[in-house]
Amino acid sequence: MDHESPIVHDVFGIPGADLNLANLLMTVIVSLIVFVFCVWGSKKLQMKPTGIQNFMEWAVEFVKGIIKDNMDWKTGRLFLPLGLTLIFYILVSNLVGVATVGVVGHDLWWKSPTADPVMTLTLSVMVILLTHYYGIKIRGTKAYLKTFVSPVPLMLPFKIVEEFTNTLTLGLRLFGNIYAGEILLGLLIGLATSSVFGFFGAAIPTLAWMGFKLFIGTIQVYVFVMLTMVYMSHKVSEDH
Amino acid sequence: MHSYTDLLIVGAQIGGLQWVDMLVQLFFFLVLLALLKKFAWGPLMNMMEKREQYVANEIEEAEKSRADAEKASKEAAEQLNQVRAEAQKMIEDAKAAGSKQEEQIIAAAKKEAERLKEAAQADIQNEKERAIQALQDKVASLSVLIASKVIEKELTEQDQEKLINEYIKEVGEER
Repeated sequence: MDHESPIVHDVFGIPGADLNLANLLMTVIVSLIVFVFCVWGSKKLQMKPTGIQNFMEWAVEFVKGIIKDNMDWKTGRLFLPLGLTLIFYILVSNLVGVATVGVVGHDLWWKSPTADPVMTLTLSVMVILLTHYYGIKIRGTKAYLKTFVSPVPLMLPFKIVEEFTNTLTLGLRLFGNIYAGEILLGLLIGLATSSVFGFFGAAIPTLAWMGFKLFIGTIQVYVFVMLTMVYMSHKVSEDH
Repeated sequence: MHSYTDLLIVGAQIGGLQWVDMLVQLFFFLVLLALLKKFAWGPLMNMMEKREQYVANEIEEAEKSRADAEKASKEAAEQLNQVRAEAQKMIEDAKAAGSKQEEQIIAAAKKEAERLKEAAQADIQNEKERAIQALQDKVASLSVLIASKVIEKELTEQDQEKLINEYIKEVGEER
């Protein structure tokens, strides 16, 4: 019973252009969920907030708090939409894999998009590139380049390596946590479906692990956004 | 147990760099970011900023009106004190005026009484003098009359006495 990813090779006849259809499906689904939820949540805005508006404003305040921890709000408010979108996108990505994993035939279709290193690394690369972009845009090229050789020029190689390690750790931390969660969940479900005894033996650990996975999923979202803002502040703030 | 490890995700291929996936996800994420910025975060942030401003305004207004109220109450208290002092002064003035008038009235009354008394005394004196004058006049004329009558008649001593007595009696009756 091997499960494969539904990979399409050589999309549009371009050699080497492989597309994992499961990732495509999950990306679309997660984006749709986030879009519909957030637009619904901020549809009827009132001066006196009620219900879902309270939650959305709480989320905004939460991300605002993360940003304010790292930089002054004047430059930081530019990154609020990014932080909010990241938080909702990754949270939903993590959570869609907690409830269920869907297999059609031999192909694994329904899973957390964040349980794939390609997906998480895409996000981390995007974040790191954005930090460089805003670093140049806000402080100018000279100040941006100066960050690589401060406090001493000796630091240059380390600073360059740091950019790559930041990218890798940011992406792989998220991937590792979610992927490990899905592996253990898979093992427990395998045990549960093997026999009657296995079912009863695995029921309670599965429930416990699902709860824990939920917890990990939310914590990792926070960590991801927090680190995004930390890296961003390294590039855009004067005093770093 | 070993066979289960193949079961779900572990068996699924995670290796391989599917760069089309990356592009697809990047595309979707950026589209999501743009759409949410327009439809969700923008309005949300606007509303929150609006509320912040509104609250700040309300607080400012409240502080201002409180200061106004304090000022007004201070003014009112001041005015009240002033009015009270004025009223006190008025009462005192009235009292003083009252007592002064009382004295005046009493003095005037005394003076009037004195005057009346004096006038009455003067009247009495006058009357008395006039009465005495009248009496004197009468006595004089009577004396003359008596004398003349005595002389006219040449009476006897007896008669004379009788006559005198008669006339005196007459005078007494006349008065």
